[in-house]
Amino acid sequence: MKNAAGTLPPYEREWKKTKRKSLFVKTIIWIFLLVAAIICLIPFYSMIITSTHANADITRKLLLLPGDHFLSNYERLIDVVPLWRGVFNSLFITIVSTVLGLYFSALSGYGFSKYRFKGNSFLFAAVLATMMVPGQLGIIGYFRLVNEMGLINTYWPLILPSISDAFALFFFKQVADGAVPKELLDSARIDGCGELKTFHRIALPLMAPAIATLGIFLFIGKWNEFLQPMILIFDTELQTLPVMIASVRSQFNVDYGAQYVGIVISIIPVLIVFAIFSKQIIGNVMSGAIKE
Amino acid sequence: MPVFVEEEGESAFMFKKNSLNKDRYGYYFVAPFFLSFFIFGLGPILYSFYLSFTSWSGFEEPVFVGLANYERLIHDEVFYQSILNTLIIWIFSIIPQLSIALILALVLHEKFIKGSHFFHAIFYFPNIITPVTLGVMFALLFDWQTGSINKILEYIGIVDEPVNWMNDPWMARAIVALAIMFQNFGFNMLVFLAGLQAISKDLYEAAEVDGASRLQIALNITIPLMRPVIIFTLITSVIGGLQIFDAPLMLGKGPDNSTLTMIMNLYETAFVRYDYGYGATIAYGAFVVIALATIITFMVPGVRNKKEV
Repeated sequence: MKNAAGTLPPYEREWKKTKRKSLFVKTIIWIFLLVAAIICLIPFYSMIITSTHANADITRKLLLLPGDHFLSNYERLIDVVPLWRGVFNSLFITIVSTVLGLYFSALSGYGFSKYRFKGNSFLFAAVLATMMVPGQLGIIGYFRLVNEMGLINTYWPLILPSISDAFALFFFKQVADGAVPKELLDSARIDGCGELKTFHRIALPLMAPAIATLGIFLFIGKWNEFLQPMILIFDTELQTLPVMIASVRSQFNVDYGAQYVGIVISIIPVLIVFAIFSKQIIGNVMSGAIKE
Repeated sequence: MPVFVEEEGESAFMFKKNSLNKDRYGYYFVAPFFLSFFIFGLGPILYSFYLSFTSWSGFEEPVFVGLANYERLIHDEVFYQSILNTLIIWIFSIIPQLSIALILALVLHEKFIKGSHFFHAIFYFPNIITPVTLGVMFALLFDWQTGSINKILEYIGIVDEPVNWMNDPWMARAIVALAIMFQNFGFNMLVFLAGLQAISKDLYEAAEVDGASRLQIALNITIPLMRPVIIFTLITSVIGGLQIFDAPLMLGKGPDNSTLTMIMNLYETAFVRYDYGYGATIAYGAFVVIALATIITFMVPGVRNKKEV
């Protein structure tokens, strides 16, 4: 050992050199990351800051610090566009759709996973094939069908399609394959438990973590939906938040202050939710990516 | 309640006497899905196909016109322009998007990065912002007279007078592409990071023992093993990237329709000009383009083979 230590100094010098070099590289990488993060945040910062200034200043100056016109911009906006009503409408549609989507996707995914009925694999393949079809393909037929059924300007045509989400079905079949052991179901049956009750009491709790995972994605997807509410809802009072934001853009085309406030109001709920759940959301995206 | 439970137990018991095989119950489990699927999914798609052979302005009943709409479509310059615009915007956004995502993923995968969750969160955040909001945001940022981008450029002294971004066809497309990129790079970064984390650490250790340099490790281990993940991202981005609508709509059609995407064209034809029959034809035209693009992506040398590996 001592001998080895005696021969160390040249190596140590070498080691120090690489350490200094790697410290340099690390610093560069850190600076790169921080700059990227700042660039990513600038648009949001700019939106918030600009929303607090009067139109005259927005037109003339580069604004870096908050001003005191947020409330007057906000009042002009709210007088015309009922944005909070939009937030409420969007929340209602999104929550109901997400719950429906989760329950029925879990039900049918479980059905495909645990029952070898005739046509099982054919039907499942058919569902998978529809995932490749763009969502807007049937939009005009849907518009007319909804019209004929007298459901236009109601939430039904926005909520009910959530029952048949091909991706969610696919996801829950995988989950049921992995998380729900057949033996457990058989023992429940021997105890005299009905099929639907077995699903509710045994399978559903076992699938709970996956329900939380998919719930976040269904929620975000529905919250952001734009084309469907825009063409199926006529009343401003019933409209969803994204459509209201789009109408802010056209109704306030020279009132920039009001537009900026609209953006800030639509970002803040998302920001709050993300601040609370960011670990789960990011973990879900990454674990979902590996499964694909 | 107890009565109900008993009843259910009894019926299940009776059924068991008949047969131990419960497989036909599966139909009940998948029935709601397919009921909804036929009414809200497949039905409208098939009905749209019928409507694509009609003339319908929304006020009267659709009138069957045979192939007239399709004849109009293959001679419609706006339709071809919308395909071209969509492809250009897609290429402009996908190349920087995947490059930045990959670089950030490689950097954030390094062990010495502390607080990587903080960076994950910042880069992923734009992905969950409503696309419409993001579109309006970019429209405001790049506004000719009031936008912050021009104000910053003038302040630093890069330009003397404000740039009218949306007045130039290529600049307008680049800005739409930038908005799409900003929305999606964080998601792709997380997918790449997940791919990196799935690569076995033993491989890296073995390479280090053999004295491989960091660059050699990146080129010979990381990139080849990441290939399936990158290809998966590319394929999903073809399908998604050709359907862009929300954010581009907020940024407008651009000069000479230069940022009119395929789905924007569908929307404007049907729901702004009330030419629903022809709108359905455009929807099927766009579907064919997207299907072709997906097939072509699969045919790119190496894509299919590497996916199977």
